[in-house]
Amino acid sequence: MKTGMRKERIDRGIKVRSDGIYALSSWREMSYLMAPRALLVGGLLLAPLILHFFPYWQKVLLIVCIYALLSMAFDFLANYVGLVCLGGSFFVGVGGYGAALLNKYLHFSPFLSIPVAALGGAAFCTFLLLPCLPLRGVYFAIITLMYPLMMTRIIEAFELFGGTNGMMDIAGFANPWAEQYFLIISTLVFLFALRRLAVEDIGLVIRGIKDNDQSVRASGINITVVKAQALFCAAFLGCFAGAYLAHMYMWAGLSMFALDFSIIPIAATVVGGGGCLLGAVVGAILLVPLSEALRAFGPLRIVSYSLILTVVIVIKGEGLLNYLSRKYDQFERWVEI
Amino acid sequence: MAMLTVKQLSKNFGGVTALNDINFSINKGEILGVIGPNGSGKTTLINCITGFIKASAGEIIFNGRNIKGMQPYKIVNLGICRTFQIMRPYSSMPAYKNLIIPLYGPRARKTGGWRGGGRHGDRNIIALDLLEEVGFERESKVPYKLAGTLPTGYLKRLELARCLALNPDLLICDEVFSGLSMSEIASMVPLIEKLNKSGVTIIMIEHRLKELFKVAKRIMAISYGDKIIEGSPTEVMANEKVKEAYLGSEGGV
Repeated sequence: MKTGMRKERIDRGIKVRSDGIYALSSWREMSYLMAPRALLVGGLLLAPLILHFFPYWQKVLLIVCIYALLSMAFDFLANYVGLVCLGGSFFVGVGGYGAALLNKYLHFSPFLSIPVAALGGAAFCTFLLLPCLPLRGVYFAIITLMYPLMMTRIIEAFELFGGTNGMMDIAGFANPWAEQYFLIISTLVFLFALRRLAVEDIGLVIRGIKDNDQSVRASGINITVVKAQALFCAAFLGCFAGAYLAHMYMWAGLSMFALDFSIIPIAATVVGGGGCLLGAVVGAILLVPLSEALRAFGPLRIVSYSLILTVVIVIKGEGLLNYLSRKYDQFERWVEI
Repeated sequence: MAMLTVKQLSKNFGGVTALNDINFSINKGEILGVIGPNGSGKTTLINCITGFIKASAGEIIFNGRNIKGMQPYKIVNLGICRTFQIMRPYSSMPAYKNLIIPLYGPRARKTGGWRGGGRHGDRNIIALDLLEEVGFERESKVPYKLAGTLPTGYLKRLELARCLALNPDLLICDEVFSGLSMSEIASMVPLIEKLNKSGVTIIMIEHRLKELFKVAKRIMAISYGDKIIEGSPTEVMANEKVKEAYLGSEGGV
């Protein structure tokens, strides 16, 4: 701290003008907006090539994408629709079993069974969650937490789909490059599609429900239908991730309903910063490799993991990406008082 | 024929009777004022008409159709729009984006919304025009500010603008004047009159009687859920029961 001086922060002109209405006047401003996006897209696309000699980390990259999809789904529901959904593992399980069934009985190839299972699974999840949509906040969270547990018990009790052994001999991907780029490109497409959706008029309606659902009803809009549509989008991402996992592991089983798929996305959203979807992806990119690296610690892993979470929440409660983007949009300089 | 007829409307919350056997009707093009002390059931009456709470008994006939028990969004799409007494803006959005939501809704798409522009035009432009109409300065930054940062006067106008975006047949204003300064009210009165002239039927709930009597030619007074009287402003003000409701009975109880 310098005496007699004070730090002044000013929003960059481009930020002021590009908030909502885009008015770009030069290549410099274009590149200013595009650079962070290019970094993410380029980084993810190049990663499989860079990690070519580390097959283990190539797999980790795929898990990163899986959790990125789930984190996006959580962030979208929590920070745009206002539904705190702990049912990430429900989506994964439904998508996983769906893809496994399609592959085993209808002999769909992975590239067909994954989208079909994602769409069908999303419809199934939305239908089952429909009665819970009037609930808000912690009540919705609790009931969505119950769904995966309930599915596990049902499958166990009735010995459905191979019971506790799960379904084996699911077709894998023939080509490792196709396996990786299919997931990476899908993740990027879903990320930017969802971000676009959020700024379209329907996205405003969705965000309006979080801000003030009574006002949306007073505008003549059926909020249950809009919530269901938003839930379908989030469930689609989760089911897509689950369906992909089934083909990646060539197996679908009860552990697809594991709590990890519900909890880690929340942590990723908190670390990365909620409310912009990108933060959720960045959170997954940071947390998943970290949790792999901490695997050597065995059961202590979860302790160090929670320590990191606590530190982030205390020091940068808004999340890393929100903090960085604020800094990116500002000039800082010292001025005399 | 009456546009809206309310017959023997009652609402109980457990043992508390909030509305007791209310009857009234309003014709197309009219302005009806509703007055009553705090807690007399005015807002409950609106909530019943607009479907936000379910009436216990009675009928609400709008354009020949019983709308009692219908979902609020369906009632809005029939043409009854209401403002909220406690403003309900979308705080995290700029003021003009608040109006995109009603303009996106089915009613605005079917009827064209405000001045019929909602079917084809750019919703952002319509929203800015509409905000200018209700008194947001077009050239200033106010329409682009986050709604959560706006002062009460603008939020009341924003509430009104949200209703206008829906192109209402019947507009129900729940205390749009309360919390406003005298000059703000002075600019609001011509707006209400202009709306009424353009064919919108209006029910106004108000505590600001002087301003209300300027615009409303027929007044209904409610106290403890009962309708006391209906008539011209002078008749209502001369009524003993109205005085009693507002000031307490002489000699006390």
